[in-house]
Amino acid sequence: MTTLPKSTEKKLGLVIDLDTCVGCHACVISCKEWNTSNYGAPLSDMDAYGADPSGTFLNRVHTFEVQKENKPAQVIHFPKSCLHCEDAPCVTVCPTGASYKRVEDGIVLVNEDACIGCGLCAWACPYGAREMDAAEGVMKKCTLCVDRIYNENIPEEDRVPSCVRTCPAGARHFGDFADPESNVSILTAERSGFDLMPEQGTKPVNKYLPPRPKADIEETNILAPLLARQPEETGGFLGWLDRTLEKL
Amino acid sequence: MHPATSVIIFTALSGLGFGMMVFLGLGMLDVSGWVAFVFVAISFALAGGGLLSSLFHLGHPERFLMAFSQWRSSWLSREGILSMAAMGLFGIYALLWIFMDNRIPVLGYVAAFLSVLTIFSTSMIYAQMKSVPRWHTPMTAVLYLLYGFAGGALLTTQVALAGWLMLALAIAQIVTWVQGDGAFAKAGSDMGTATGLGFLGKVRLLEKPHTGSNYLMSEMIHVIGRKHILKLRIIALTLGSLIPAVLLLALDAGHMVALIVILIHLVGLFTQRWLFFAEAEHVVGLYYGQR
Repeated sequence: MTTLPKSTEKKLGLVIDLDTCVGCHACVISCKEWNTSNYGAPLSDMDAYGADPSGTFLNRVHTFEVQKENKPAQVIHFPKSCLHCEDAPCVTVCPTGASYKRVEDGIVLVNEDACIGCGLCAWACPYGAREMDAAEGVMKKCTLCVDRIYNENIPEEDRVPSCVRTCPAGARHFGDFADPESNVSILTAERSGFDLMPEQGTKPVNKYLPPRPKADIEETNILAPLLARQPEETGGFLGWLDRTLEKL
Repeated sequence: MHPATSVIIFTALSGLGFGMMVFLGLGMLDVSGWVAFVFVAISFALAGGGLLSSLFHLGHPERFLMAFSQWRSSWLSREGILSMAAMGLFGIYALLWIFMDNRIPVLGYVAAFLSVLTIFSTSMIYAQMKSVPRWHTPMTAVLYLLYGFAGGALLTTQVALAGWLMLALAIAQIVTWVQGDGAFAKAGSDMGTATGLGFLGKVRLLEKPHTGSNYLMSEMIHVIGRKHILKLRIIALTLGSLIPAVLLLALDAGHMVALIVILIHLVGLFTQRWLFFAEAEHVVGLYYGQR
């Protein structure tokens, strides 16, 4: 049913620390590896070795540059995947009931057997979290690794989303936001975690932690030493040498 | 947004078809027998053809029956159900009209009402999209309804009515463009809110997530043809509504004039629908430093 649950028992989601992320794209790769070989249709690549390669990814890392006037620029790596919104617009637009939000843990999923590939949910998502698979013609999205987190056939330390498990910098955290004592709730509270595009009214579950403030230094102009004026007249021996060499 | 041919054909033709059903259902056009059959057939060809065209847009068209199930929340599902109900009821009305020469007013009124609701639900598929600020306005519904009514009146030979509706359409179209041009800024989303980094300064994209393009970019960030927007708007406005309005209201429209007006209107309508998609900017473009 594509009506949203009034509330969910758990609110599973991610905290992404923009202060820590080094932009290595390991989460992108491990996400693709796990999800192409487990839940649902594989994540296809089109023209992978040709002139115009493209492919389906559930997690992508953008890199932004942020700059205040007269201050040095700051580079921020920005991983983005489904935010498992409480008020998910992608779910309600689905005509077939393929898209749904789970009552037990709040994960937003696609039942690919019922997906007609109309693409409306991808239009409704402001974050670009859903991508139509070009080979399968069905909508793909982050499952929060629903096939890992409850999977008793894998070691306990692996029962977190693949992106979280692989992050070498520890920039990704998984937990239950409904529990105020959980790791993710505490991180969000202590580091002022924020929502992406709150004006869209989607109430995202995933939170982003801002980069910590940098030392307050002025912007430096690397050309400054070269542009500085040289003294025109020099007296004494060096002045005489300069004038003599000039004449030669 | 990417202007997909199948979706342009779908919205344009089905709007015309259901627009015709509105006026035929209301008991206008005093004909019977074979002449009635021809008008009914045209309305069904347009509405049905448009709906069929929409199936080509799907990744799995063979599962389309499932799309009738989520009417509680989904405008697309509602549109599917309403279109079937409207066509079904209008079909019964038309059969009695053509073969028994018996137009049952109540049946016609209900079919006309369902046709209006169908056009409305088509418009709501787009108007509900908060992520596309230009579409997220009641004007989207007004515009779709007026295009359906004006075209439907024209195709059912309601000359004077069609003329006035075309005039109303021209005004609504201009209002929609003026309002739409400021919609993105008014929605308040920019790269600062998209990344949440606005408090740190001016945000710009340094590197895309991948060197190649992707589904999101080709589907939501359509920039081709935007440079011709003013010219295309003039074509859509003049051919789609202004010239038809003038011709219908000023000339004593016979069959020949009506046919020419229909052709002019169709060119304008298809230009408008192309623009409707090509002009619409999705907020996801902000993550790519584009609109």
